Amino acid sequence: MLPAGDRPLLVVKDLACWFDISAPLLNRVLEGRSRLLLKAVDGVSFSVDRSRTLSIVGESGCGKSTIARLLVGLNRPTSGSIVFGEGAQGALRIQMIFQDPYASLNPRWRVSDIIAEPIRTLKLRLDAASTQKRVDELLLLVGLSPADGRKFPHEFSGGQRQRISIARALATEAEFLVCDEPTSALDVSVQAQILNLMRELQSEFGLTYVFISHNLSVVRHMSDRVAVMYLGRLVEEADAETLFANPRHPYTRLLLETIPDVEAPNRQRQPLGGEVPSPIDPPPGCTFHPRCPLARDKCRAERPELRETADGARVACFALDWADALAGRPVEAVPGT
Amino acid sequence: MTYHDPSASVFAPPPSTDRAVLEVRDVRVEFPTRRGTLVATDGVSFDIAPGEILGMVGESGAGKSLTGMAIIGLLDPPGRLAAGEIRLEGTRIDDLPPRKRQLIRGRKIGAIFQDPLTSLHPLFTVGAQLTETICFHLGVSAKEGRMRALTLLKEVGIPAADERVDHYPHQFSGGMRQRVVIALALAANPCLVVADEPTTALDVSIQAQITALLKRLCREHGTAVLLVTHDMGVIAETADRVAVMYAGRIVEIGPVLDIIRNPRHPYTRGLMRSIPGLRQRAERLSQIEGAMPRLHAMPDGCAFHPRCPDAGPRCGIARPDLAPVSGATTSAACWLHQGGVSHAAGR
Repeated sequence: MLPAGDRPLLVVKDLACWFDISAPLLNRVLEGRSRLLLKAVDGVSFSVDRSRTLSIVGESGCGKSTIARLLVGLNRPTSGSIVFGEGAQGALRIQMIFQDPYASLNPRWRVSDIIAEPIRTLKLRLDAASTQKRVDELLLLVGLSPADGRKFPHEFSGGQRQRISIARALATEAEFLVCDEPTSALDVSVQAQILNLMRELQSEFGLTYVFISHNLSVVRHMSDRVAVMYLGRLVEEADAETLFANPRHPYTRLLLETIPDVEAPNRQRQPLGGEVPSPIDPPPGCTFHPRCPLARDKCRAERPELRETADGARVACFALDWADALAGRPVEAVPGT
Repeated sequence: MTYHDPSASVFAPPPSTDRAVLEVRDVRVEFPTRRGTLVATDGVSFDIAPGEILGMVGESGAGKSLTGMAIIGLLDPPGRLAAGEIRLEGTRIDDLPPRKRQLIRGRKIGAIFQDPLTSLHPLFTVGAQLTETICFHLGVSAKEGRMRALTLLKEVGIPAADERVDHYPHQFSGGMRQRVVIALALAANPCLVVADEPTTALDVSIQAQITALLKRLCREHGTAVLLVTHDMGVIAETADRVAVMYAGRIVEIGPVLDIIRNPRHPYTRGLMRSIPGLRQRAERLSQIEGAMPRLHAMPDGCAFHPRCPDAGPRCGIARPDLAPVSGATTSAACWLHQGGVSHAAGR
C-alpha cells in the first residue's frame, strides 16, 4: 500500500442533510400540524487520508447511504462542508459503486459502451481506437476479458457485473471511490473475489475508498479507519484495529456482540433488546439511551459530543468519564438489560 | 390432541418419537423449458429429527430455497418435483392432491420467508390473520382463536400485545413483523417449520434477536426446523446440523461444529475460508476462482471439479455420491474421501 499523504484527501465538516417530510401546506394549515424534518445526517465530521479506506457502518436508516450520496453530489447538504484536498492533477474524480449490480448497469447497452461512456463524456481519449484500447485494458484490469465488452449486462453473474461497475468507475481515472454496500448482493465466495480485487486496485493505483457497509467482518477486512453511525450521527470513529480490539461506545459493542460468528459457533449471545428508533422522532439526549445498558439521567437530557481519546479514537459517550461503567466490562455483563 | 382447555399452553409438546419428522429422499426438481429440461436440484436426501434445526447453506442458485419450497409444496410452475419422496411423520406428502396439501401447510408445516412485509396481508390486522389461521387449522371458536393469538404474540415477545393485536402489519417495524410471521408459522403448533432466509432482510442487532427467538421456541416445542440461509454465521449460531448445497446437490452434511472446524469437501473448505474473519485481518481473502455453473451448462462428473483445487481425472468423468467420510461424523460427496481422485483408483 502507498504511504498516506500528510494532508487528508477529504475533509468533511459538520455535514448535515435534513429532509423536509412535512405534510402539504394546506394540510398543515387546516390540521394545525407543524413542519417535520428528518435529520438523516446531522453534524458529521471526518476526514480520509489518501490511499486509505474509511468505512462507515451502522444499521438501516442511520444515514450512511445519505453520506455516500452527499459525497458524490447526488444530494445537497443542508449545511456543512465537503472539501477535497488538492494535489490531484486536474480535477479530482469521484465515482460511486452501488449495491445492486443489476440496477446500476443499463441493460440495453453493451458492456464496452457502458465503460466507454465516461471516457467519451470526459474526453479522456480523443479517438475511437484509443477509447476501445482503454476499455479493453479496464476489462482486463478487473478480471474480465476484452471479448466480454461485446456482451450485454444480463449475460453476466452478479459478481461479474460488480466488476463491470468497478471498471466503469475506474474509466474516469478516479482516485476516490465511494462504495455503497458493494458486496451485500453477492454470495460469500464471490464477495471474497470482489474484496480482493478492490484491495489490489487500491494498492496498485493508490485509490482512496469510503466503504459503506453493515457487515462488520467485511469492514474489518477492508478498512484502515472505521466510523460507526447511529441515527444520523457519528458515535465512534477509530482505527480499525483499535475499534475491533477495544470498542468504547456501547452501540459499537452491541454491534460487535450481535454479529453471528463462524469462529465461535453456538455461542450464547445476549441479544440486546430494543430497536433503532424512528429518525423522524429521535429520543432526546443521547439517541442511543433507550437501548443503552449504561444509560443514566445525564444521557436522557444531554447529547454527548465526540471527544478524542488518547489513542486517536473519537467517541460520543458520557460513560467514558464513568470509570466504573466502562471498566472493560462486556456489554452483556451489565445487569438489568 | 385436544385444544379446548384454555389454560393449557398453546403448544402441547408433540409425543416424542425416534422417527425423523421429515424424511427427504432423492428429491429432484425440474423446470421444463423450450430448450430442454433444467434440473435444479437432484438427489437431495436428508432427515430432520424432532426439535432439531438443520441449516441449509449455499450460494444463490444452489437450490436451497427450491428444496424448501418443494417441502412446503409451493414450487412455482413450471417447476415440479420430478422424482423422490418427501415424508412427514412417516406419511408421504409429495404426491397428495393440492387440496390435501393445503391442509398440511400451516397445520403441520409452518413457513417463514425472507420479507416479513410481503408474508403478511396488508389489509388485515395481525390479530385477524393469526385468528384466521388458528380457527382454520384447529377448528376452534373465533373467541378462543383470538385468545390464542394473543398468547402467541406474547410468546414471540411483542411488547403490549393486547394493544398490538389490533394493529396492521405496516404499523410494525421489520423485526416485530418477523416476530408476527414466526407467531403465524407456529400458530397451529406444526411439527416442522421451513424458514427461508428469515433474518436476511433485518439489521444485525435485530437478526440476533430473531435467531435467538426461533431457536428458543423450537427447543421448547420440539419443532423441527429447516433453516435455509446463505449466511454461515447464522447457521453456526443456530443450527445443529448443516447441509451444504452446490449446483443442486448436497455436497456435505453433518454436525455444524465439525463442518465449520473441519470441512471435508473442497467447496465447503473454500467457502469457509472466503468468509472474512472478525478476529484478525488477512491481507487477502482466499477465494474460489470462477462461479457456480449455470443449470444449462452443468459439467460432467462432479459439478465442482472445474473450480476444485484438488480435482483429478476421475472427477471430470464420474459424479461422487454423498457418503460418510471415514473417521468423521460428516458425509461428503467427493472422490477425495471415496478412494481418490485419480482414475486408476476408481472402480
